[in-house]
Amino acid sequence: MKSLEDLKKLRDSARQMMHLREGGDSVRIVIGMGTCGIAAGARETLAAVMQELERLHLYDVVVTQTGCAGFCDKEPLVDVILPGQPRVTYAKVDGERARRIIDEHVVNGRVIEQWVIER
Amino acid sequence: MRDLSLHVLDLVQNSLAAQATEIEITIDEDLDRNLLTLCVRDNGRGMSKEQCAAALDPFYTTRTTRKVGLGLPLIKAAAERAGGQLQIQSQLGLGTTVTATFQHDHLDRAPIGDMSLTLMSIIALNEECQFTYRHRRGKREFAISSAELRQELEGLPLDHPQITAWLREYVREQEKSLEV
Ligand SMILES: Nc1ncnc2c1ncn2[C@@H]1O[C@H](COP(=O)(O)OP(=O)(O)O)[C@@H](O)[C@H]1O
Ligand SMILES: [Mg+2]
Repeated sequence: MKSLEDLKKLRDSARQMMHLREGGDSVRIVIGMGTCGIAAGARETLAAVMQELERLHLYDVVVTQTGCAGFCDKEPLVDVILPGQPRVTYAKVDGERARRIIDEHVVNGRVIEQWVIER
Repeated sequence: MRDLSLHVLDLVQNSLAAQATEIEITIDEDLDRNLLTLCVRDNGRGMSKEQCAAALDPFYTTRTTRKVGLGLPLIKAAAERAGGQLQIQSQLGLGTTVTATFQHDHLDRAPIGDMSLTLMSIIALNEECQFTYRHRRGKREFAISSAELRQELEGLPLDHPQITAWLREYVREQEKSLEV
């Protein structure tokens, strides 16, 4: 069984692997968590995002949420903001798309145009 | 919404939209009284009597001018389908408490669902807000708060992928041990 005690150990190993956040140059990922986003699976999208970040050891990415953006039929929506670049919004992001977006856009800096929506 | 854990996530969004800084989530499974009570309490901006009534009315017409306004009517329907009801207590400037009751063994009562994923979602993504979660089932209880996590983490962010993985697993185990 896991216990809160585990966090002490995790904390020390995890901290060593974070550098960028303090510098404010982090990549940001924003998940749409309005009612339609949640109904469309935003929570599972977030789970996939966190798992992919963990798999690739991307510990400096800041992940946050936002409410309904008014594109209810395009949910789940995910924004990717690379440092110094404009926000890119992806539509209908399921777990599979989330992983691809992280591999292509976050890691390689290549926007996956076919899933992007104008806003 | 498939299950109660998704309704919880949605109710918490209302509290966050109302600028809450403290949000308390309670699930109480009173097996003796065959009653499941779900409660989300916040210290956000609150609602007037009129706003409260309007928020619950699915035929509230000004709603069509907004994007959607389905969250509360959806959970109200889920509660009433399972022999329960939805209640909103709110005071302008002080906060809001939304309480949904369900007949525990009702055939149409939605399952609780994956609270580990819901808690991970709200705790990881809302660093500036304090969450408390308490789940009672009969005589057993599991409670967790973002304050105690922060204390252990000493400044490490709650959206760190290793922390969210740990949190999911921890909550999943604790929720499971309520069942036996
Ligand atoms: N916790 C809360 N605090 C303050 N106002 C609330 C709260 N929950 C709901 N409301 C009000 O009730 C309205 C309807 O809520 P809801 O049915 O969830 O639809 P939506 O969130 O899409 O507007 C909200 O827009 C808000 O004005
Ligand atoms: Mg809502």
